[in-house]
Amino acid sequence: MARVYDKPQTTGEALTHVAATPVRVLFRLLDYPMSAIQRLLGIGGMPWLFLLPNLVFFGMFVVIPLFLNFAYSLTGGTALFLSDRPFVEGEQYGFLFDCENYADPLSCREDRFWKGIFNTAIFIFFQVSFMVLFSLITALVLNREIRGRGFWRAVFFFPVLLSPVVVALIWKWILLRDGILNAFLVSIGLERILFFVSPDWAMFWAVFVSIWAHMGFYMLILLAGLQAIQPDLYEAAEMDGTSKERVFFRITLPLLWPNMLVVIVLALIKGVQVFDEVYVLTGGGPGTATQFIVQYIYNTAFTNQVQNFGLASAASMVLGGVLFVLTLTQLAATRRRDNA
Amino acid sequence: MPDTAQSSHAVWHVLTARRGQGKLHWTDIFTYLYLGFGLFLMFAPVVWLVLSSFKTPAGLQEFPPTLLPLGQVSVAVEGHAEPLLLFDVTMEDGSVRQLAQIRRVGITAQMIDPANPEERLQVPIATREPVREFRMALENYRDPLERFNFMRYLWNTVVVTFAATLVTLLINSMAAYGLSIYEFRGRNAIMLFVIGTLMIPITVILVPVYLVVTNLGMINSLWAVILPGAATPTGVFLLRQYMLTIPRDLIEAARMDKASEWQIYWRVVMPLAMPAVAVLAIFSIMWRWNEFLWPLIVLNRSEVYTLQVGLNSFQGELDVQWHYILAMTVVTLIPVVIVFGFLQRFITTGIASSGMK
Amino acid sequence: MKTSYKLLAASSLFALAAGSAAAQTELRMMWYNDGIEGEVMQSLLDGFHQAHPDINVTLDVVPYQMVLESLPIQLAAGNGPDIARVTDLGGLSQYYLDLRPHVQNPEYWETNFGPFLSWLDPDGDAINGFMTQLTVTGPYVNRTLFEQAGIDMPGAGATWDDWATAVNAVAKALDIPIPMAWDRSGHRVAGPAISQGAMMFDAEGAPALVDDGLKRMAQMLYDWHQDGTMSKELWGSVSGSTYLGANEDFANANVVMYMSGSWQIPQFTSTIGDAFDWWAVPAPCGASACTGMPGGAALVAIGDTEHPKEVGILMDYLAQEEVLAEFYGRTLFIPGHLGLASSGIDFATDDPRAAHALSTFAAAVPTISPTAFQLQGYPSNRVLFNALISRLNEAIVGELTLEDAFARMEEDVANQLAESGR
Repeated sequence: MARVYDKPQTTGEALTHVAATPVRVLFRLLDYPMSAIQRLLGIGGMPWLFLLPNLVFFGMFVVIPLFLNFAYSLTGGTALFLSDRPFVEGEQYGFLFDCENYADPLSCREDRFWKGIFNTAIFIFFQVSFMVLFSLITALVLNREIRGRGFWRAVFFFPVLLSPVVVALIWKWILLRDGILNAFLVSIGLERILFFVSPDWAMFWAVFVSIWAHMGFYMLILLAGLQAIQPDLYEAAEMDGTSKERVFFRITLPLLWPNMLVVIVLALIKGVQVFDEVYVLTGGGPGTATQFIVQYIYNTAFTNQVQNFGLASAASMVLGGVLFVLTLTQLAATRRRDNA
Repeated sequence: MPDTAQSSHAVWHVLTARRGQGKLHWTDIFTYLYLGFGLFLMFAPVVWLVLSSFKTPAGLQEFPPTLLPLGQVSVAVEGHAEPLLLFDVTMEDGSVRQLAQIRRVGITAQMIDPANPEERLQVPIATREPVREFRMALENYRDPLERFNFMRYLWNTVVVTFAATLVTLLINSMAAYGLSIYEFRGRNAIMLFVIGTLMIPITVILVPVYLVVTNLGMINSLWAVILPGAATPTGVFLLRQYMLTIPRDLIEAARMDKASEWQIYWRVVMPLAMPAVAVLAIFSIMWRWNEFLWPLIVLNRSEVYTLQVGLNSFQGELDVQWHYILAMTVVTLIPVVIVFGFLQRFITTGIASSGMK
Repeated sequence: MKTSYKLLAASSLFALAAGSAAAQTELRMMWYNDGIEGEVMQSLLDGFHQAHPDINVTLDVVPYQMVLESLPIQLAAGNGPDIARVTDLGGLSQYYLDLRPHVQNPEYWETNFGPFLSWLDPDGDAINGFMTQLTVTGPYVNRTLFEQAGIDMPGAGATWDDWATAVNAVAKALDIPIPMAWDRSGHRVAGPAISQGAMMFDAEGAPALVDDGLKRMAQMLYDWHQDGTMSKELWGSVSGSTYLGANEDFANANVVMYMSGSWQIPQFTSTIGDAFDWWAVPAPCGASACTGMPGGAALVAIGDTEHPKEVGILMDYLAQEEVLAEFYGRTLFIPGHLGLASSGIDFATDDPRAAHALSTFAAAVPTISPTAFQLQGYPSNRVLFNALISRLNEAIVGELTLEDAFARMEEDVANQLAESGR
């Protein structure tokens, strides 16, 4: 416990120390009532006490809405309040799943829902793998003995600060027919490319821009993991004459695994939720090539003149179910390497 | 294929090397090339955003875009009340003269030489190029700052960001502590729920959450933006994963010392979990500072607007006032950059000193 | 949360300082901006406050997205403002306040806003508000490019095909990348469709989007995208009902002819100005008509207001002829006030191109086809517009054939109308 009260050593820590003082005072004020409660409940009741505030908020703003959402998915019409909405049983789900062939979105009555799911799956596959790859490479490069590491870290982290809308706008201007990138292509003797008219390019840039915007964050997590690896491990390996590849696969990667897991899970979460960035960048186009599932749900509930909360809720329940299963499988698959 | 084998070996060298080798190996050059390219790729678009924010609406629409904000030069000419716009005109003999334009009729322009106001020339418009100089459209910044209650929006956003981040950190860390330190009945069920909701974007349950918030009477108050996102499953997950790695002996030792559970939480576990808390803090700040869709639904009175809502009020049905949006975007970035400049130091020193494992 | 208390204290202090001891009524007006109209409205509201010091009106300028997407939900939940500027004129009708008992002279409203009142209340005769702006769709051409190419502009009565031939010739002569561009908007496409003979409704007045006229227009648009008359950058990119304009490309002289509408005038005055002659021309003809679409935004009173009387006073004030004349004049909007429309507005511009465009669009109003008015007055018209552009777009990029797209359009419309009828 002594380390908490160590004298702060750097200016950063000193400032943090000052900034944290009110919080510390608050925590200390709670010492007495909390001890009293502990005497009352016994240690077995304490976890619930710690969980209580989060559970209250979670219940109010996540659990109740989820149940409401399920209720909505069983109703039709355009009324906002559930009591005004006619009960339609599983009709909304039936509508979503009314397909002749599930592999072909065009054979479905609600083709856009299925296109949204396919597009999202493709997007996530590329986005998450390249996100992990590039944040790893960047973290490894920044982990070398380079001058001004703080500056470089900031360079790669900086786009994380920008709002998704701004990120998309900046890139949109770069990529337009007469944008800087096309000006560059023409100047080196290539043809212009209408990026937003080609489905493949549109998907490529959706993935690229989202990696550009978020990579810094994941890079920071990985870099922290790399820096925590004891140098003597490397030195020992070097003395043994172990090859670089072996060091990387036998020492660096395994020790980095918990951080990698966090990165993969977070990147997946962000990937599934992707919406405003791509919406501003490509508008979901061309056609429906980059229209993702969240955009479909949002359009159904809000953008269309007939605000179809029932169908949107049904779609989001389906999405939620799929994600739940995916998350569990993923965690189960990674569990043996996770020390949880 | 010795070449590829060798170069792949070299790449591994770059990726795995940790200590400098004393002399400059070519992999070091590769590192700096990567960094240089990264610098360009990361910064150039943002620099362009800042440069563009100083352009006039006409300048913004110009293609191909000019790098620097430019304005056309105008000159005062004798006999004309208003200053006239200056052009470079390619004459028939191929020489180039600087002329001022009196008026344009169809595809010919009546020009005048500022040095010799007597002489009038008719030139085809295709032969003239505007003479321009570096000029910043500061009104992009001035107008909205004067006309809109920008300081109020800024204040609201700061309140929302701070309050929401504090609440998030507090309740998430308490929950993560409860879920990682104790074994109790129901723990797995709660974890399952946290994980299950991890990926569900708030975008898809906006309507039910809106109903809850309406019933709580929080519409058009900042609480409506602060509270709903506070119990983030992501935060609980992140902190719990981290707290699981804290050695149990520390907690047992503290219990031996008669520390209460609450004291163990804030004196032992929280300081050790600081790196993860810092990561969540950045996350939370970014979420709240940039949040747009949710405030758009629960706030419709200008005194409670956040920056993102205020910023986007330059978006109309048929036209968007980009020059204002860009300028105000730059302004909204400034506080974040300052805060980050401070936070980043702390986070990295924090991570380095306590170690992420 | 100490900070929030401080905020509360500060705002109540602010309220104390601003208000007098007399009973104050606070009204909220939700407003969105395409240009400077918010400023103009604020100055009119300042004038109103001087005349009625006991009524405070706060202008809440919001993103248009809020008006379109959040406002319906806010209204349904009873959280809306007192007055709002809306574009979904008939769709939100159930939430409007009937001002009839609260205005001084209902006849003035009926005479001057007559046809637009029924847009706001398709099934009744309520007075809900007035048009802040009437819009008419129609094309602009870059007349300077025509002159440079030495090609004559097609005259009155020219068809869309005539124009397509002409703009292609100009683009070819001068190497202009996009001969023709249309806003990506169902509302913009509706005019040419009606010109081609689309009826939009069946004999009973029920919506019937796909007919031969609409198919002709869709085929024409489709073909133009294949032969390069139009660039896929507008209709080929983005998805769904997203609006896209070509105003930037037109302003850069990359487009010879641009199908948009009267609302571009203030913008072109500042972004193009004198750089070239941007010239509004009458709507080109199709097989059965030469019409644009009417449209616009209205300022409406909301039924949930706690101060209907004061809302009536405010609306009466704003709807006065002099006040509206100032509003339309300064914003360069086509007046939605019949008296002003016939007497003429003194527009605050000395740009001859703007003056010409304003008079062209104003003159187009009487030539608008009755079908266009019927469609504009139809409360669920956005259902038709959205189905039309989203499916047509998918056909243009090659995801669907035109025939499939027509079938999907009809299905989309049927599904959505069925849902709203539940």
